[in-house]
Amino acid sequence: MTDITPRGDEFGLAKAAADSTQIPDQEPSGFFKQLLGFWVTFVTMFKKPNTVQYPEVKEPTAPRFHGRHQLNRHPDGLEKCIGCELCAWACPADAILVEGANNTAEEQFSPGERYGRVYQINYARCIFCGLCIEACPTRALTMTNEYELADDERSKLIFEKEDLLAPLRQGMLMPPHPMYPDSTDTTYYRGEVPGSHPSQETTSHA
Amino acid sequence: MNASELLGTDPGWIILVKGLLIFVFCVVCTLLAIWAERRWVSFMQQRVGPNRTGKFGLLQSLADGVKLALKEDLIPKAADRIVFIIAPIISATTCFMSFAVIPFTGNVNLFGHKTLMQLTDIPVGVLYVLAIASVGVYGIVLAGWSSGSTYPLLGGLRSSAQVISYEVAMGLSLVAVFIYSGSMSTSDIVAAQHHWWFSVVLFPSFVIYAISMVGETNRAPFDLAEAEGELVGGFHTEYSSLKFALFFLAEYVNIVGVSALATTLFMGGYHAIPGLGFTESWLGGWFTMVWFVIKLIGFFFFFVWLRGTLPRMRYDQFMKFGWKVLIPSSLFWILVVSTLRVMSQRNENRMVIAGFTVGIVLIIVAITSFYESSKKKQAILDQIGDFPEPSFPVPAIPNIAISQSAISQIAKEQIND
Repeated sequence: MTDITPRGDEFGLAKAAADSTQIPDQEPSGFFKQLLGFWVTFVTMFKKPNTVQYPEVKEPTAPRFHGRHQLNRHPDGLEKCIGCELCAWACPADAILVEGANNTAEEQFSPGERYGRVYQINYARCIFCGLCIEACPTRALTMTNEYELADDERSKLIFEKEDLLAPLRQGMLMPPHPMYPDSTDTTYYRGEVPGSHPSQETTSHA
Repeated sequence: MNASELLGTDPGWIILVKGLLIFVFCVVCTLLAIWAERRWVSFMQQRVGPNRTGKFGLLQSLADGVKLALKEDLIPKAADRIVFIIAPIISATTCFMSFAVIPFTGNVNLFGHKTLMQLTDIPVGVLYVLAIASVGVYGIVLAGWSSGSTYPLLGGLRSSAQVISYEVAMGLSLVAVFIYSGSMSTSDIVAAQHHWWFSVVLFPSFVIYAISMVGETNRAPFDLAEAEGELVGGFHTEYSSLKFALFFLAEYVNIVGVSALATTLFMGGYHAIPGLGFTESWLGGWFTMVWFVIKLIGFFFFFVWLRGTLPRMRYDQFMKFGWKVLIPSSLFWILVVSTLRVMSQRNENRMVIAGFTVGIVLIIVAITSFYESSKKKQAILDQIGDFPEPSFPVPAIPNIAISQSAISQIAKEQIND
């Protein structure tokens, strides 16, 4: 016969048992105590329901809700995306397709050498985990709070670059256009570009 | 002229009209009951439930029914086709039949004909209801068997075992009613409750009936046939479309049916609640139906309340409860009731009757206390367990430095105290 002796370990089961809340070994609660449950359900009937009448009432999401993606722009309107595909590599659901291309002197889409020529996110696959956002080195890809993405066809769930790009705001110019005068991509990333400069306006998009 | 004589004068067309009205009543009740159940259970869970189809979602069950009817009707390859089709029909027809003997109103005027809203009144009306309920079990058994699949088979067996066991308890709980009213005809039983409802006079019977009617209709907390985690959908796992709708209809008509029977046998039927007897003559007697429906709704609310409150029971506990608690206590209660009844019919001395009652109460108290103490001893014995010390290595129980033999030693001392 083996005598069961306590193991004096401070990290094993003994520790866990000591840390956990002791559940007193009670008898099962009596019949009348159990009837209290009926009172609980009855009273709940007269409480205000938690339901949100969704299509009519739309409550704001949490500030950091993972919704539809957005491709951001620099203050002068150039795209932040440099077509590095890190988001696509990070994606566990294989929902992102990126094809980079070279910026040329005639067609400059983003500061620096490369830009994302093709950018697709397949919302039939996306799990909204946000790993792409963490992977993005230029903060080009972020998520909005928009969640109404349902549709009746799979093909409609593949969002193209133009669906994802942030709208042009005050002082922004529609790319392609040249970079800010006397700037490099580094200036852009440091946030030293205040907005568009008159010299960036191109005839083709004027 | 009593009810059965009055009903005997019904011409054929009145009977047809009544049959139709009862059928419509049952179907409308089912549609509203499904809606009401979903709404009430939602409120109990702080939700709102279906509220989009029609006003307050009232048309939800109708929409569901239409959807069900339009779905593809699958018959599994392994199924016995004929029985598979017959089973839901058996379920759906038998559930309506018990309404034939339920009195919905007192004396009323139906299309110029003096009658009462009860299709027929047979001397063994309540037995007829029990018999029909037993036939209804065939629907469940055959559905489970003919599906040619394991889950339905197990579910079917389980629900039929359950329904049959609880029918025994239900039948026994009704015996006291028969003894007290001296009749098995529903209209006579209602008439016998003119002064005191049987739910008051025969309270234990009423409790046993209320429990067994929940078991009988396969409803929560006794909805073991539909224990999703164990049996998927139970006997109707393989059913789809209209055939499934028939089972669904049968379930709810059955609930309304047992509630109607409970109303008739224990809650004074169509009579008004005490003190409001004058309302019974309103609308030429038709107002009695309002009372009937109110009581019916009360019972239905009880069903929903149970479902919203209690978790599902374990099957063995459920059967144990039925056979070892409900049936013996039913039998004991019948013994008491019949003794008292015979005593009062023989005009025994009141003191004798009172003495008998006190004696019964004392016996119950003695049995209960004995049972409680024996349960405590058993609980201690269960903790020890009398199987030998395990010979294989056992992981150490933290912080307990006592061996098994020491525990049993302590327990033995406890018992000896």
